[in-house]
Amino acid sequence: MIAMFFNALLIAIREIRRNLTRSFLTVIGIVIGVAAVITMVTLGRGATETVKQQISKMGNNLLVLRPGQGWGGGGAPQFSIQDVDAVRDQVPGIASVAPFVVNNSSVIYQDQNRTFDIQGTTPNYFAIANWQIGTGRFFTEAEVIESAPVCVIGETIRKELFGEGVDPVGCKIRVKSLTLGVIGVTRVKGQTGFGDDLDDNVITPYTTVIHRLSGRQGGRNFNQVMISGEQGYPTASIVADVAALMRERRKITANKEDDFNVFDSQQLAEVISSSTKVMTSLLGWVAAVSLLVGGIGIMNIMLVSVTERTREIGIRLAIGARAREVLLQFLVEAVTLSCIGGVTGIALAYGLCSLGAEKVGAPFIFDPKINLIAFVFSAAIGILFGFMPARRAASLDPIEALRHE
Amino acid sequence: MSAEKLIQLRGLTKRYGTGDASFLALRGVDLDIQRGEFVAIMGPSGSGKSTLMNLLGCLDTPTAGSYQFKGISVEDLNKDQRSLLRRHALGFIFQGFNLLARTSALENVELPLLYRGYSRKQRHEMARKALAQVSLSDKERNTPAELSGGQQQRVAIARAIVTRPDTLFADEPTGNLDSKTTVEIMELLRKLNADHGISIIMVTHEDEVAACARRIINVRDGVISSDRVNGHTKETQDSRLEDPR
Repeated sequence: MIAMFFNALLIAIREIRRNLTRSFLTVIGIVIGVAAVITMVTLGRGATETVKQQISKMGNNLLVLRPGQGWGGGGAPQFSIQDVDAVRDQVPGIASVAPFVVNNSSVIYQDQNRTFDIQGTTPNYFAIANWQIGTGRFFTEAEVIESAPVCVIGETIRKELFGEGVDPVGCKIRVKSLTLGVIGVTRVKGQTGFGDDLDDNVITPYTTVIHRLSGRQGGRNFNQVMISGEQGYPTASIVADVAALMRERRKITANKEDDFNVFDSQQLAEVISSSTKVMTSLLGWVAAVSLLVGGIGIMNIMLVSVTERTREIGIRLAIGARAREVLLQFLVEAVTLSCIGGVTGIALAYGLCSLGAEKVGAPFIFDPKINLIAFVFSAAIGILFGFMPARRAASLDPIEALRHE
Repeated sequence: MSAEKLIQLRGLTKRYGTGDASFLALRGVDLDIQRGEFVAIMGPSGSGKSTLMNLLGCLDTPTAGSYQFKGISVEDLNKDQRSLLRRHALGFIFQGFNLLARTSALENVELPLLYRGYSRKQRHEMARKALAQVSLSDKERNTPAELSGGQQQRVAIARAIVTRPDTLFADEPTGNLDSKTTVEIMELLRKLNADHGISIIMVTHEDEVAACARRIINVRDGVISSDRVNGHTKETQDSRLEDPR
């Protein structure tokens, strides 16, 4: 039995070498099918993963309370420090709360002058928004109480104002008439899914912004309140509780709309990842079509060579091969070609994926399941169409097979 | 030459198709062939000579009747058993050569050995020897497309004899060859029969080719119409003159 198998392997390899064009075309069909499916699905998965990572960059279980409906604010009153305390004290399931005021100003260092967001907040914000310190340190509660003229800057600002390789900690930058000492640089976050740079912020105590930069606005100084929920606590219930609290504090009567909104990053993540999932499955279908086309290619090659192969089978039977020996040869041949095609296809997919991952900025995630599916499907087509005609031919009497036109 | 019995046919019948469209190609053939004979089977096209040949060569199965090859009842064998019988005892030469395309002469000759479990070295050795026997030692690397018709048929003969079979079946072995090459091939077959004791059963419709055989069997309408020893007897000459062709 083993001898018979090795014999079949020997004959099959001879036949593959002898019919290089046919073998090559068969393999190409499998290569294209396998490579297309793996590439498309892997890139799709990578894109989904990127979105997830970017959402998590925004913060841990981040919720943002904003005035007005939608993005603008529309003249609705902002939030006071009392609102911030009320949220912290009265809403269950909250890990941390930070007030947030943004002031877009030009920032000057020596002869460099750029416009950036000046963000006023408390040290809680660093944890809520998932900031890591690169060099130096974050500011402290004490510095918030003192309205200390200190700031933490993002990597983009460090690069644009100070240049490559310069440690800005200890340097002073000027915002309008205010001089701020740089005490730290945050670690790079990169861009959001919408292309916004997350590293172009100057973060400073909110008291510094209110007292020294923008001036008081009747106690309602904050255009956002950053909230992070406790791990595992349902964000939907936090959203509902914050909304109820705000309606009460802002004295909104039952028949009036909210004049604020609570943005839930997790909800956004779900919406975006479900839309990228649609894209991924669309790509998957496109890939499935290429797999099918590859399969039809294999089928054609096999069917075209059926006449020649039927005669070959006739010759083999006439000189004393048993039907099962001939079939084993064809099976080994089909499996060998399919395996060569499958492995080449996977290798090609890797090349394309790493290339594509660079282009679309998606990470390259290896998924053994999709590799296996693509491989098995192509191999099945190769074997089916390589083997079925052979089975028919081998069932003929040798003389009929020899006469085949 | 021993008078051991090689082939015994009794009432061998072959019907193609079924029902009204069926056609009786052989109608009860009785025939005995001894080991070491060189037999030519002749007859016009449609006479059933090729059918008889295919049955004798175990390439096809009879509808009725019995066929004993060296005492084995061939009609009782299944497909695989017939394959094994062909593998171990028979060699074939076809009109259309039936060599594997794009395959060197040496590998074509090696083909039957692949199914007999010889080592690579043994295969090469035996195939080279067979090619030498048909005077093609210098062409072992050539593919059929690079060989003349006569050379291709000699490769086919080498393939048929490489397993040292008891019996060679040749179906119109010179049908595709010119007269000069025909003489060469027939001389080769005659030598294999005379020097190596291989029984040869050959189908042909050419008198000159049949003349090389020592026994000539005529088939007509599915039965044997004449069966005679060739060459030495006057009777043969007479019957030849009487031949309507």
